[in-house]
Amino acid sequence: MKRYDLVIVGAGPAGLSAAIEAAKRGLQVIVFDENEKPGGQLFKQIHKFFGSKEHKAKVRGFVIGQQLLAEADEAGVEVVLNATVVGLYMDKEIVVQIDDQVHHYKGDAVIVATGAAENMVTFDGWTLPGVIGAGAAQTMMNLHGIKPGKKILMLGSGNVGLVVGFQLIQAGCEVVALVDAAPRVGGYGVHAAKVARTGVPFYLSHTIVKAEGETEVTGVTIAQVDEHFQFMEGTEKHFDVDTICLAVGLSPMSQLLKMAGCEMEDNPKRGGQVPICNKYGETSIDGIFVAGDVSGIEEASSAMIEGRMAGIAAAHYLGYINGDELEENMSCQTSALEGLRQGMFAPKNRGKILERTEEGVLTSMNLLKKGFVADDEIERYPGVTHRVGIHPVMECTQNIPCNPCQDACPKHCIKIGEKITSLPAVDETAQCIGCGLCVASCSGQAIFLLQEGVEPGFTLITMPYEFLPLPEKGDEGYGLGRNGEKLCKATVIEVKTSKAYDHTNLLTIKVPEEMGMRVRFYKAE
Amino acid sequence: MQNRIDEHPILGEFKKGKKITFYYDGKKLEGFEGEPIAAALKEAGVMVHRYTKKKHEPRGIFCAIGRCTDCVMVVDGKPNVRTCVTPLKEGMVVQTQYGVLAEPFEEQ
Repeated sequence: MKRYDLVIVGAGPAGLSAAIEAAKRGLQVIVFDENEKPGGQLFKQIHKFFGSKEHKAKVRGFVIGQQLLAEADEAGVEVVLNATVVGLYMDKEIVVQIDDQVHHYKGDAVIVATGAAENMVTFDGWTLPGVIGAGAAQTMMNLHGIKPGKKILMLGSGNVGLVVGFQLIQAGCEVVALVDAAPRVGGYGVHAAKVARTGVPFYLSHTIVKAEGETEVTGVTIAQVDEHFQFMEGTEKHFDVDTICLAVGLSPMSQLLKMAGCEMEDNPKRGGQVPICNKYGETSIDGIFVAGDVSGIEEASSAMIEGRMAGIAAAHYLGYINGDELEENMSCQTSALEGLRQGMFAPKNRGKILERTEEGVLTSMNLLKKGFVADDEIERYPGVTHRVGIHPVMECTQNIPCNPCQDACPKHCIKIGEKITSLPAVDETAQCIGCGLCVASCSGQAIFLLQEGVEPGFTLITMPYEFLPLPEKGDEGYGLGRNGEKLCKATVIEVKTSKAYDHTNLLTIKVPEEMGMRVRFYKAE
Repeated sequence: MQNRIDEHPILGEFKKGKKITFYYDGKKLEGFEGEPIAAALKEAGVMVHRYTKKKHEPRGIFCAIGRCTDCVMVVDGKPNVRTCVTPLKEGMVVQTQYGVLAEPFEEQ
């Protein structure tokens, strides 16, 4: 048996963060992970993260993963890979399977950061090859460079379904529909909007009746459901697809904690069976801590903060820091975490319909039902204004904790203020210079530049564009509306690419003046 | 090239190992060393990895992270190998798994 100050289970964002904080305070730390590579799911996250600077907002997930690994290396964290923890017992004894051997360890403290597993739904044909989890899609396309399918139906409109749906399009797949049994889109409106404007139809209050095919998926039938989630006859719709992707939530992988005898509860708001723990992640058993999705489903940014907190708490538990240092070290983590748990998607608002934003602006019901803000709703938001010349239009319509756009503008045209969840507003006194940094900084791809009233009869629209092939100056194509509908002819005026934009290209198209507030995407002829 | 992403708008080109050959149900296929066996099979258009023991139903990739065991096959004579997390090697012999064997049910 080998003994360590701290044994951590899971080398994802939470586990690595915990290891870094503990190692920095002098603890001898070992991290076990069952996978071949560390980083958990971070390396599959190719979108820019939300939040503020302290949460590494506008940095892509896999880059955050690289930074975290470098930091762990520097702190001298020992990570053992291909090592499955198969048992956690009283007195913090741990058994780990490595190759065909089982090894025995003891931790004076233990942090469980095992993350979550994907939920599934069953329907006729759900076991057919071609029905996959959204995580599988991300793994195949973003880690291994393989398209999960050619024509895909996505089930689930939470952030995972929306983000993976968008990534599938980026990988070159066709997403035929985004379907959810719930009556409203579950994830961020900005994630939904960027999928909808490429032309993916949303079917809310719909779910899968059956997957078709003998030995693999060849099609899918969906149908509308009533308020009791029962299929409504005559509403069936068929799609030819080779892949059905399921993004129907996550459940904490908390089995080890139960095994150790930690007090557990079934908490639907946290995603299932979770340990009862204090604000620093300590469970009912002294010295066993938790961090990340295993203690309640959130996302990677909060998992990293919880990890740091658990690492600090473990250092205190073992006497490496005193009570004063604990409080001092924790205060910035606590405020960072609170910052992320604000706004319309905060844990306390889960399942509620919020009819107005914090500013008192009516919520876009179209966004919740169809995935895009309707033309007659968009101008009610403070980021959406008209002006002669070039100016930003921020189609950010829900209070979410995110503010990089405010810092991105060198001319201070964009105001969010102290409260990180406030909707961005245009400062009419500042002069936009059209640099486009705000467009590229918006993790939700919700900022556009409009140049109005300069060339008579036309408006120029600059949009974020993260697809290949990249259009070229002079190309002729179509301007698509927020719902992906072809609205008018459009000419490509400019395509800007810069390291500062971090792979978000800035595509400028020219459309008839009256289409300036309606066109939000470009499609080649 | 069936399913490989040649160039990705965010990730650029994917780093690949050396090109190697392996065998799938007796057929010679190409793949890249170190990638999951399942990735090379996906590229070749293989969807069915195994048939279940009792009902003989087809199964393929489902979770792609080694958790669900739907994608297991007989690899180098060993059954129940998770192809989504097992790195591909030169000359590997990969076979569809029927129940727990590499022989189709009618030959078992």
